[in-house]
Amino acid sequence: MKVFLQNKFLFAGLFLSLAVAGFLSYYASSDPDGLEKVAEEKGFLDTAKDSVNAGTPLADYGITGLDNERLSVGLSGAIGVLVTLIVAFMIFKAIAKKGK
Amino acid sequence: MKMFAPLLHIPDGFINVPTSILFMLLSAAGIAIALRGAKGELDDKTAPLAGLTTVFIFAAQMINFPVAAGTSGHLLGGALAAILIGPYAATLSITIVLLLQALLFADGGLIASGLNVFNLALIGVWGSHIIFLAFRKFLPKQKKMIPVAGFIAALIQVPLAATSFVVQYAMGAESTIPVSTVFTAMISTHILIGVGEALITAFTLSAVLATRSDLVFGWKRVAPKLELKKVNG
Repeated sequence: MKVFLQNKFLFAGLFLSLAVAGFLSYYASSDPDGLEKVAEEKGFLDTAKDSVNAGTPLADYGITGLDNERLSVGLSGAIGVLVTLIVAFMIFKAIAKKGK
Repeated sequence: MKMFAPLLHIPDGFINVPTSILFMLLSAAGIAIALRGAKGELDDKTAPLAGLTTVFIFAAQMINFPVAAGTSGHLLGGALAAILIGPYAATLSITIVLLLQALLFADGGLIASGLNVFNLALIGVWGSHIIFLAFRKFLPKQKKMIPVAGFIAALIQVPLAATSFVVQYAMGAESTIPVSTVFTAMISTHILIGVGEALITAFTLSAVLATRSDLVFGWKRVAPKLELKKVNG
């Protein structure tokens, strides 16, 4: 994981991703995306069921109990970036090692 | 208070359980093949890029951009990942994003996870890869042409993935709304989203090619031969 702090390119990419998920995400459009819009317009959105984990602390990209929306979405995004980094990097590193 | 509540992926309930399980099995088979194939794409230098690509796609998917009145779109990432790190690694990258979104953020149903992985990590990635290869073949072998081929692959990828959803809908929708109605609406909306996908993909590819073109899967296997020719002749 140290490589993300030592390598300029990787550090810049990680910093950009953190900024996008942790800061810019607050300004994202809150309109439904293509699939949800079609489901709503054509009338099958009501068949959607809540995920079994819909009540978990990070559900819907927020932190349960944190009332400041900017902090709530930003922090959940930043957590997502770090968890994704750890999971993905460990998997890809292991695959690269096997490939040798 | 959770105001930011996007539904980025197929939730549980749209598609019945048997169909969802069928696509879970298909996706599992695809992931198994990708785990084997990715060994040939990754080394010590590109494994961190694969990690970064995954992180960037997760982050970018949080940014819904407006496409039409009351409708937004977001990056799928299949074309971008396939060109940056290769299609096998890209399959795994998009799968990681989707599974983490479903598990951590309850975005995209857990039973529906196979449907989502199939549409974005298999159809999206491999569809993009084939289109990218076809256009790279016919376009001039220049670095600046990679984002052009990526633009086209990304543009087509989005309606392609939307079509894949309509196939799943036709196979096992819980709703009785006709397939043709859903198909027309899905395609017309997702062609617009494809333009956003294409712009983000081309821009990101240009930025990476400008700094670390030696790492880019879709370029490095074409590039060295040309560079060698220049040196020799």
